[in-house]
Amino acid sequence: MPATTSIVVAESPLARLALGRADDVLILGHRLSEWCGHAPMLEAELSIANLALDLIGQARALYALAAEAEGAGRSEDDFAYLRDERGYRNLLLVEQPNGDFARTMVRHFLYSAFIDPWWRATAASNSPLADIARKAEKESAYHLRHAGEWVVRLGDGTAESHRRAQDALDFLWPYTGEMFAPDSSGLAPDPAGIRPRWEANVAAVLAEATLTRPDDGWMQEGGREGRHSEQFGRLLAELQHMARSHPGASW
Amino acid sequence: MYTQGLTPQASEDGNDPREAAFQARIDAEDRIEPNDWMPDSYRRTLIRQIGQHAHSEIVGMLPEGNWITRAPSLRRKAALLAKVQDEGGHGLYLYAAAETLGISREEMVEQLLAGKARYSSIFNYPTLTWADIGAIGWLVDGAAIMNQIPLCRCSYGPYARAMIRICKEESFHQRQGYEIMCALARGTPAQKDMAQDALNRWWWPCLMMFGPPDSESQHSDASMRWKIKRFTNDGLRQKFVDATVPQAHLIGLSMPDPDLRFNEATGHWEFGAIDWAEFRRVLAGDGPCNRERLAARRAAHADGTWVREAALAHAAKRRARREAA
Repeated sequence: MPATTSIVVAESPLARLALGRADDVLILGHRLSEWCGHAPMLEAELSIANLALDLIGQARALYALAAEAEGAGRSEDDFAYLRDERGYRNLLLVEQPNGDFARTMVRHFLYSAFIDPWWRATAASNSPLADIARKAEKESAYHLRHAGEWVVRLGDGTAESHRRAQDALDFLWPYTGEMFAPDSSGLAPDPAGIRPRWEANVAAVLAEATLTRPDDGWMQEGGREGRHSEQFGRLLAELQHMARSHPGASW
Repeated sequence: MYTQGLTPQASEDGNDPREAAFQARIDAEDRIEPNDWMPDSYRRTLIRQIGQHAHSEIVGMLPEGNWITRAPSLRRKAALLAKVQDEGGHGLYLYAAAETLGISREEMVEQLLAGKARYSSIFNYPTLTWADIGAIGWLVDGAAIMNQIPLCRCSYGPYARAMIRICKEESFHQRQGYEIMCALARGTPAQKDMAQDALNRWWWPCLMMFGPPDSESQHSDASMRWKIKRFTNDGLRQKFVDATVPQAHLIGLSMPDPDLRFNEATGHWEFGAIDWAEFRRVLAGDGPCNRERLAARRAAHADGTWVREAALAHAAKRRARREAA
């Protein structure tokens, strides 16, 4: 039975790692699912739903691992529905509002260009996340290809789509630094080590898309510590509304 | 577009000697395929019906999509997202089936956005609570299946084949919807009230989904002769009532119809009078959400114009580069 009030997780290093990754994919999946019924074309409608479904599936597996690591008998829904904003550990990048289709696809590309090599490194390691990574890497490879193809189409499409894609890239760039925050837990590959592969993925797509890589200036951070963007509370209010209004109910 | 080669052949229905042979094939339960001769009115009827069906799938994504971000558990969220994605997929096969008759998807979408093509009126009702997601799966998809199972044997091959796949997925959605209702019905008093309220609001509009009474239906006669339709509106409606009432009772919900009674002699549930004035009003545009639904589709289409243009422009650039190389 879920508690009636917010929960605070006792975050062992593994619980914290799993929650961070789980929150990334739940929140990104939530943002993608906001497109449902409003996508630019039917094919995009189907593919966005597909991406969101993969991410929500990954979130569920990661929350199960976090529950095991914490050992307090919590469920995936406890983590998703009963933590307050300050307890959420996701990257600021993934919570950024959808904006136009260019911003959604550039956001997805920047994240996938990091998480795909990270999942592959994790799958090949003896990390407690390795089993999850072996399934996730197949999905993330598709996400990277799909989002990369859209970035190329938009960047190298019309003048308007080029402008929108470049605006999206410029807007989102300051949120990319947080992905590489060092992780010395030894429980999974250090994200800092993934940077060269991320740079290579990004450089290849931006070149084909005729887009300009923004300069690395000040990078926003704080998501992993629960300091989120202003609009994040609204996202959680929507996501958690049912569980909060009906404490203890099963669905 | 690749459908341009399939412009309808001119024929005066009723005067063409090919018509007797066409009807004989239908009577023999043969399937009509895209390149076969067919009367114009058969073609027009199918384009109208398949197009309407495709539009219904697409517009139907809106009321259900309304609850994805608020689904009360991750399991329900994933299932709803998958379901709404299935609806989009159904729209895609149905547009493709209609394209075999000589109309393009773009033309059909234009007709929808211009308000010239219809979609199922049921989607002009709002999803106000989570229980509405259960009610849509259980009742709306349940009613749709009653209508659609016979279409798997429709005389037009591409439509019949699309419907076989669609019906499999729809019956899964129907069970999923009923399962949502079961969970609510055995839940807290607030959950049970939510389930009952959803049933109360969706029941009558679902009965209207089968269309006007047989005495008033405009399209039935020709459609029956052509085996596009095999059962009458009233016949299918009765089948739906007979199947659904016991399901409601089983989970302790009551039907919002004081006149409902089981007739031992006929073995059917007899139900009260349907408010056909409401049906006609919603069909004519004055339902709770008609304007919102169309506005949402128009906005998605307009906001997506630059994306579709970019995809075409990029494809053209690639082609040009390949040819130059």
